Amino acid sequence: MYKIAVIGAYDSIYGFAALGLDTFPVSDVQEGEDTLKTLASGEYAVIYITEALAAELAHEISKYREQVLPAIIQIPGVSGNTGAGVAGVKKSVEQAVGSDIIFSNN
Amino acid sequence: MASTQVNPTRMELSRQKKKLVTATKGHKLLKDKRDELMRQFLDLVRENMALRERVEAGIREANKNFVVAKAGMSEETLHTAMMAPKQGVYLETGKKNIMSVDIPVFEYKTRTADENDIYSYGFAFTSSDLDDAVKSLADILPDMLKLAETEKACQLMSAEIEKTRRRVNALEHVIIPRAQANIKYITMKLDENERSTQIRLMKVKDMMLEEAHHYKERQAAAVVE
Repeated sequence: MYKIAVIGAYDSIYGFAALGLDTFPVSDVQEGEDTLKTLASGEYAVIYITEALAAELAHEISKYREQVLPAIIQIPGVSGNTGAGVAGVKKSVEQAVGSDIIFSNN
Repeated sequence: MASTQVNPTRMELSRQKKKLVTATKGHKLLKDKRDELMRQFLDLVRENMALRERVEAGIREANKNFVVAKAGMSEETLHTAMMAPKQGVYLETGKKNIMSVDIPVFEYKTRTADENDIYSYGFAFTSSDLDDAVKSLADILPDMLKLAETEKACQLMSAEIEKTRRRVNALEHVIIPRAQANIKYITMKLDENERSTQIRLMKVKDMMLEEAHHYKERQAAAVVE
């Protein structure tokens, strides 16, 4: 039985608490990195992370990219969408095909 | 030309031939695997993109609602309302195998029987905007989970495709040409050896005949006469 976690700035994630996801508000990058490490090695199968925080922890996140669990998924924060999530999908295409042939024109 | 030194022997030749057959067969299989993986991946990644766009739009809406809700009530009330969530979401994970890539499958369960039991606060001190905000977020939760599943699958498959592609290329451009070159080199070398043996035998035969019959001396004598 796994749980779902949400990491990010408090303002971006507090709503998810009502749905029953475990929220972990973090205020700085170091705290975010520590939290992410603990969560990833624990009982969480899906970790949603705000794009703003993910941008700081890109190195850490890429370690989990090829593991089956946990799935670390970027979500836009309250300050808006940075496009990092879409860029992640494009990166997958690029890795598989060699160049982005599907989404390159939009 | 063979870049590594191989022994020009018959045994090595049959070894190289066997290697070539295996490599060709493996190359064909891996190429098929790559094509099929790619086909599945392209479907999946399109779905992934659609889901992501939907989820991002949904979260943007929800965030807007939360900002409105926050504006309408004091921060303390909001914190208190969100402090003790009633609902809990748990995941059952399974595995699905697509072309030898294990991808996770999530099935989610809620702690309370009613999925819509999401309001963890009394309605007395909170604004209705908060209810709307929580509802809008709850509506996209299934999509978010689907997104997690699809995105993870895409990441795993793209890694597998990359690996397979590298293998196909290595076989096609390195292993197979090298085996072919080695086979050619050994065959040529063996043929060359055979020819040289033949010539040596002919030469030896000439010399032995000369020894027995003294052709040259006789010829010389005939010229003198």
